[in-house]
Amino acid sequence: MEAESRTFADAEVNRSLTPEDKIRFLRDMYRIRRFEQTALKAYNAGKMGGFLHLYTGQEAVAVATLSLLGPHDHIVTAYRDHGHALAVGMGMNECMAEFFGKATGCSKGKGGSMHLFAVEKRYWGGHGIVAGQTPLGLGIAYALKYKGIPGCCLCFLGDGAVNQGVYHESLNLASLFSLPVIYIIENNGYSMGTSLARSSAFRQLLAQRAEGYNICWDQASGENIYEVRAKTQAAMERAREESRPTVLEIATYRYYGHSVADANARKYRTPEEIEHYKTYHDPLLLWQKRLVDEGLLTGEQAEAIDLGARAEADAAMKFADESPFPTEADICADVYSEVDEPAGDAPRGTHFFN
Amino acid sequence: MPLITYRKALNDALAEEITRDENVVILGEEVAEYNGAYKVTEGLLARFGPKRIVDTPISEAGFVGMAVGASMLGLRPVVELMFWSFAFVAFDQIVNNAGCVRYMSGGQIRCPLVIRGPANGGTNVGATHSHTPENFLANVPGLKVVAPATAYDAKGLLKAAIRDNDPVMFMENTLLYGEKWEVPEEEYIIPLGVADVKREGSAVSLIAHGRAVLTCLQAADILQAEHGISAEVVDLRSIRPLDEETLLRSVRKTHRAVLVEENKPFCGVDAQIAALLQEKAFDDLDAPIQRLSALDAPAIYSPPLEKIQLPTAPRVVQKALAIC
Ligand SMILES: Cc1ncc(C[n+]2csc(CCOP(=O)(O)OP(=O)(O)O)c2C)c(N)n1
Ligand SMILES: [Mg+2]
Repeated sequence: MEAESRTFADAEVNRSLTPEDKIRFLRDMYRIRRFEQTALKAYNAGKMGGFLHLYTGQEAVAVATLSLLGPHDHIVTAYRDHGHALAVGMGMNECMAEFFGKATGCSKGKGGSMHLFAVEKRYWGGHGIVAGQTPLGLGIAYALKYKGIPGCCLCFLGDGAVNQGVYHESLNLASLFSLPVIYIIENNGYSMGTSLARSSAFRQLLAQRAEGYNICWDQASGENIYEVRAKTQAAMERAREESRPTVLEIATYRYYGHSVADANARKYRTPEEIEHYKTYHDPLLLWQKRLVDEGLLTGEQAEAIDLGARAEADAAMKFADESPFPTEADICADVYSEVDEPAGDAPRGTHFFN
Repeated sequence: MPLITYRKALNDALAEEITRDENVVILGEEVAEYNGAYKVTEGLLARFGPKRIVDTPISEAGFVGMAVGASMLGLRPVVELMFWSFAFVAFDQIVNNAGCVRYMSGGQIRCPLVIRGPANGGTNVGATHSHTPENFLANVPGLKVVAPATAYDAKGLLKAAIRDNDPVMFMENTLLYGEKWEVPEEEYIIPLGVADVKREGSAVSLIAHGRAVLTCLQAADILQAEHGISAEVVDLRSIRPLDEETLLRSVRKTHRAVLVEENKPFCGVDAQIAALLQEKAFDDLDAPIQRLSALDAPAIYSPPLEKIQLPTAPRVVQKALAIC
């Protein structure tokens, strides 16, 4: 285990990391965690509606994979999207304001927490329908290849999403058309209240299903940033250089219920199981300890990073609170580009039937 | 009469029909061990066991299609969709298979199947989770579509739907699950295709289905109290088959109609009803038919805005005042 861990740290992609890079990963994980804690507080105070799917416990997956994103690479994910959003560089302000349904939110309060978007960061959402994003990732990869752009698309999905037909259709197309897409299965062991064993027929790993489509696959531990980076990098090289897809399964764990509204959050798994992960497998604490062991960080410096993340989250909450709601007229904007951004002639025909 | 929730009424209907007919089986995501995402199936696994109450993976096309196939062989599957919004994943199975297989076989096949779950906006879950596809499905000859507005109707209609020999799309509402109504203890069935006059009135007919019925009842109160206008509220209950007679009788009495639905306006259920009224009650109408639907955009997330995207009682009142 120890030896294997060393190998990942020695991978080219990790040897080139500066101390600042490594500390940035820790900061990014703290930012996600504190942002979500603040969001949870706001949710409980009635500041937002609907669902809130917390990523707490899974932070290393988004931070490690997205740290490799180059200028031509794209990402798309499901509704548990807060970590990916912050990891691609979205601000806490526009994310929190979106949760509050404010006009200053990243989607002007129209999408909510499941539907965060930042197209200028090549972050194509946040998608609420399980596996609905999987052919979108494929399509982005298709367009990259078509245009001759040397990039790839990282498409995230959960362990429950692998049982949707559209994911399997996407795998076949990805292989058949040789597309630069990487499916990253964030396997947190549960889809809502259903454990993996109750939802999937499989042998060892969900990613292994890729074999049926002649797609390379791999697995990684989501508590080890070096390992996730090494294996994601290999997949990205395969995508960029050979235009071939990969399925990468990353083992991880969510601490909270499926969403904040999960009434059974403590019923389908034991409190001991949750405690075990928090105590022995917390990606944030493990990375922090590693940095201290590598002599890159002191306990006080880590605390300062944590405090900074908390302050940033508090400021985001204030920003969201003080921002205005959209207006009634905004409801029917952003439906048709032709109406929003008229080019040349005025649009013909009736678009709305209010 | 005991007051019970809409949720409990559905739960009782399921339990009674499972007990009554060994071919009734409940399928869906989180229906068994989790007791239902919205607790409609609470306690059923404990009472009836895993042969009757079956958890499925997240594979809507697969398990909806499986239920269609099983119904062809005489099972009576009741499939729960966690949200009707997820039906789009299974649209082919619903429309092409459940909707057409009887016809294409020249009547050799029956599909005694119920697909049920919430189909509503108003809970701030964003556009992908707030669809109201009753109009899409009612557009398919071969499918039946039902949308109960009260616990009483929910129970009686669900029992009828389960006993029905055709595929019934049963649309509930998460905002109603916790609301209580009087429901008798003795067994009753509400046949599909029978509308219900929820409030008698003489000056205008407010015609609605699902939660919009409750909005209309509030509006009728306001019309009476503040404007002295007596509004009748007609609840479709069943969208297809549609009780044309009750609608026409109401409009022939009041001579005015306001059609209200939480669906989007274009080709909504009320477009069909407006066409029906002008065709069959043209001479009885004293004013143009009014419609009030959700504002014509995907469901907005922002909580205060979503409230006004859906029809509100004051807006129903305005529509009525425009013709009274
Ligand atoms: C088509 C569809 N079916 C069901 C749901 C409801 N639902 C949302 S998330 C979820 C569980 C998904 O689990 P998984 O893929 O493991 O992702 P995780 O939540 O663990 O991140 C379910 C059943 C949905 N949003 N879309
Ligand atoms: Mg999962």
